[in-house]
Amino acid sequence: MRKIRSARITGSSLLVVISTLSACGGETPPGSAAVPAAPVPVVVYSARAEQLIKPIFDAYTAETGVEIQYTTDSEQPLIQKLLAEGQTTQADLLLTVDAGNLWYAAEQGVLRPVRSDTLEKNIPANLQDPENQWFAMSVRARTIVYDTRTVDPTELSGYAGLADPKWKGKLCLRTSAKVYNQSLVATLIAELGEQRTEEIVRGWVANLATDVFPNDTKLIEAIEAGQCQVGIVNTYYFGRLQKENPAIPVKLFWPAAATGGVHVNISGAGVTRHADNADGAIALLEWMSEPTAQRMLGGDNMEYPANPAVAADPMVVAWGEYSPSPLNVAAAGEFQADAVRLMDRAGYR
Amino acid sequence: MSDIAIIPARALPRKHLPRRGEDHRGFGLIIWLIALLASAPLLVALLSLFTDTGDIWAHLFEFVLPQALFNTLLLVAGVATITAVLGVSLAWFVATCEFPGRSFFGWALLLPMAMPGYVLGFALAAIFEYTGPLQTGWREMFGTALAFPGLGGAGASILTLSLVLYPYVFLITRQAFATQGVRGVEVAQSCGYSPMQGFRKVSLPLARPWIVAGVSLAIMECLADFGTVQLFNFTTFTTAIYRSWYGLFSLQSALQLSLVLVVLVMSALLLEKRFRGASRYTSNAMLNPHRLQPRRAGLISFYCSAVLFIAFVLPAGLILYWSVRTFSLEFDAHYWQLAANTLMLAGMAALLICSAALLLAFAVRNAPSRINRLLSRIATLGYAIPGTVLAIGFFVPVAALSRWVNATLLADSDKVLALQSGLSVILLAYMARYLAVAHGPLDSALLRISPNIEDAAHGMGVSGARLLANVHLPILRPAIVTAALLVFVDVMKELPITLMTRPFGWDTLAVRVFQLTTEGEWHRAALPAIAIVVAGLVPVLVLSRRNN
Repeated sequence: MRKIRSARITGSSLLVVISTLSACGGETPPGSAAVPAAPVPVVVYSARAEQLIKPIFDAYTAETGVEIQYTTDSEQPLIQKLLAEGQTTQADLLLTVDAGNLWYAAEQGVLRPVRSDTLEKNIPANLQDPENQWFAMSVRARTIVYDTRTVDPTELSGYAGLADPKWKGKLCLRTSAKVYNQSLVATLIAELGEQRTEEIVRGWVANLATDVFPNDTKLIEAIEAGQCQVGIVNTYYFGRLQKENPAIPVKLFWPAAATGGVHVNISGAGVTRHADNADGAIALLEWMSEPTAQRMLGGDNMEYPANPAVAADPMVVAWGEYSPSPLNVAAAGEFQADAVRLMDRAGYR
Repeated sequence: MSDIAIIPARALPRKHLPRRGEDHRGFGLIIWLIALLASAPLLVALLSLFTDTGDIWAHLFEFVLPQALFNTLLLVAGVATITAVLGVSLAWFVATCEFPGRSFFGWALLLPMAMPGYVLGFALAAIFEYTGPLQTGWREMFGTALAFPGLGGAGASILTLSLVLYPYVFLITRQAFATQGVRGVEVAQSCGYSPMQGFRKVSLPLARPWIVAGVSLAIMECLADFGTVQLFNFTTFTTAIYRSWYGLFSLQSALQLSLVLVVLVMSALLLEKRFRGASRYTSNAMLNPHRLQPRRAGLISFYCSAVLFIAFVLPAGLILYWSVRTFSLEFDAHYWQLAANTLMLAGMAALLICSAALLLAFAVRNAPSRINRLLSRIATLGYAIPGTVLAIGFFVPVAALSRWVNATLLADSDKVLALQSGLSVILLAYMARYLAVAHGPLDSALLRISPNIEDAAHGMGVSGARLLANVHLPILRPAIVTAALLVFVDVMKELPITLMTRPFGWDTLAVRVFQLTTEGEWHRAALPAIAIVVAGLVPVLVLSRRNN
C-alpha cells in the first residue's frame, strides 16, 4: 500500500529549505486485516474541469465506496508532470480532452494498455486507442453553425466548402491556438492530404469576416450579432447559448458523409503506466463507460455519450442525426504538429 | 542639471565598510543557496539547449517569431510607458500633495492589482467588444457603416495589462517619493525651479531606481503573460512558446524560447544599471505633503478617480453583477476552504519570499563581488518566464530528486515517498517565480541606508544578524510591507505553479477561476474572481493602515 505522504514545512521563517517528511503512510499495514480494509482510493489527474467531473466522481463514490482523489491542470502540464514523476507518481488515471493529447500521452509512454471486455463492448473502435491505452468517455462534434436569417443551408457543404470565395467576409473562426481547431485541421490532413488541406485553410483565412475569436461562445454571439454568418464550433457551446435563448437565430449544419462527415473529437482517459492502483483505475474507467455515468458525461455538458447504446440529452438529440467522420480520432494527434505548421504557413492565427 | 542631488560615488571616499572576511563567506553561501533554488527552472531551460528540436526553430523563424517579437516589443513599450506615467504620477500626488481623498486613493489605487489580468480583460472586453453594449448601441445609432473605434488585440492587451500592472510602479515609487526627503525639493526651490520643474529635474531622477524597479516588474510580468494576450488573440513571444509546447508538442523548444526572453530581460536590466552608474540615493529629513490650491487639488482628485473608475470600479462592478447573478449556482461551503487555502498560501509565500529577498539583498550589499551581484540578478529572472514553463522547469528537478530518493534511499521500502507533492515544493516554486517582486523594492530601499549608519553600527560592535535586525529592519519596514503586499497579491492570483504543484486539497480561488474559464463559464468565474479581490483587500487595508 503506497499512498500519499504529506511533506510538511518546518524550519525557520527565513529559509524553509528542509522539509521534514511526516511519517510515511497512515494506513493499516498489510496483514492486520481483522476489519475489512477500506477500498484503496483512485487518484486522477484531470484536464477536465472540476465542475464537470466532480458529480461523476461523487456518484461513483456513493455507489462503490471508493474514494477518488483528483487534481486538475491543463493537458500538457499534466502529461509532463507524469513524465517527470515517473514511478513516484500518485496518479492512477489520466483524464483529458482531445484525442491529440491522449495520443501524445500514449506516445510519451505515460499510459498503459488495458484489456477490458466491458470497455471493448461499450466504446466503439474508432474512439479508442488501437493499442488500448486510452478510451473515449464522451464525444464532441465540431461542426458548422450559420445565421438562419441570412444563410440558406443548402449553400453549405463540408468544412472545405467554407473556403469557397462565396463566403468572403462572412466566415468566423476561433483561434488556431485552440487544440480543437488543430485537431480539425489534423484530421483534414489525414483525410485529404497536406496540400489540399493547405488550400482549404488559406481559403478560410481569405474569407474571414474579422480577426479570429478566443472562444466558441464569442464566435456564436458574433454570428447572432451579425458580425459574420458562418463558423465552426463545438456543438455544446451552441447548446449552452440555445438553452439560454431558445430563439437564437443560429443553427447547426451537419456536413454529409459524402463530404467526409462531421469532425468528432473526444474526452477520454487512460490508466497511467506507473499506477499503484491500476485495478481501481480500470474499475472506474469501466464504470464511466456504462449508461449511468455516460448519461452524466454526455448530459451535463451537452456532449454525446461515447457509448452508442446511451442516448444524448433530448436537446442534443433534437439537433438531428449526423454521420461522424469514420477516421480514428488518433489521427488528431498524429498530424497535430503538421496541422499547426500548416496553419502558421497559411496565416491562420 | 539633474545630478545636483545625486552624489557620484567617485566623489565619496571609496572605502566605507571596514569589516570583511569571516561573514563574507557566509554571505556568499546564502547568495549561492537562494540563487540555486530560484534559478532551478533556468538551469532546466539551459539543459534544453542540448536537445535537438529538429527544424522547429526554422519554422518559427519563418512564420511565427517576426510577428511575435514585434508584438512583444510593442506590448512592452506600451505597458512600460503607461504604467510609468500612471504609476509615477499617481505616486507623486499621493505621496507629496494634499488633496481630497488622498488617503483613500493611497490604498484604493492598488486594487486593480488583485484582479487577474485575463479577468479584467474579459470584463473590459464584455463592455467594449462588437457584441458588447457600447458597440451594439453605436450600431443602433449609426448603422454598420461607421466603424466603432476599436482597440484591436494590441491596444486591448496593452491597456488591460497596464491597468493591472501600474499599481506595482505606484506602490514602489510612492515609497521613493515619501522617503527621498526634503533636501532635494529645497535645492530645487533655491535654484528657482517651479514645483513642476523641481519634480522633473530633482525628484524624478532621485526616484529612478524605484521607478525602474517598478517598471521592470511590470515589464517582466507582461513578458510572461499568457492569459491576457491569449484572450485578445495577440501573438506574442509567450503565445509562441505555448504554441511550440501545446501545438507542436515540443516542450524543449518552448524552454529554449523562454531562454531568449530571459536573455532579453537580463540585457535590459544590465543596460539600465550601466546607465544609472554608481550613484547613491540615501535619504534625509522626511517630506511633508504640501497643500495645493483648491482647483489643483480638485483636478488631482478627478484624475485619481478616473483611473480608479476605469481600472477597477467599472470592470469590478460588472464582475460583481455577474457574481450576484450566478451566486446560487456557484457558491457553496467549499468556498471558505478555497479562501482559506488562498490566504494561507499567499501568506506563507510572502513570508518566505520576503525573507529570502531580504537576505539576498543584504548579503549582496555586504559582499558585493561581481559574481554575487550576477547571481542575485539571475535569481530574480524567473519572473520573466511564462508561468507554466517555469512551473514545469521547477517541477522537473524536484521530481528527479524524488525519484532518486526513492530509487536509492528507499529502495528497500515498498513505500513511495511523493516528495514532489509537499507543501514546501509549491512555496519554493513560488519563490522561483516571485523573488524579483520582493527583491525589487527591498533592494532599492537598501540604497536609502547610508553606509555611514552601518559604519557607526560597526563602530559599536554591531554586525551580521544583529545589524540587520536592529538597524536595517526598522528602516526597511515600509519597503518590506510593500514587498510582502506585492508577493501576497501575486500569489493569490497565481495559476500555473499552483495548478502543477499544489498538494491534494489545496485548491485556491484562482484555481476555481481557471476551472470555470477553461470551460468558457466566464460569468460563473466572476464569483471566485471577486473573492480574490475581497481576500486581497484584507492585507491591503491592514498594511496600508500600519504604514500610515
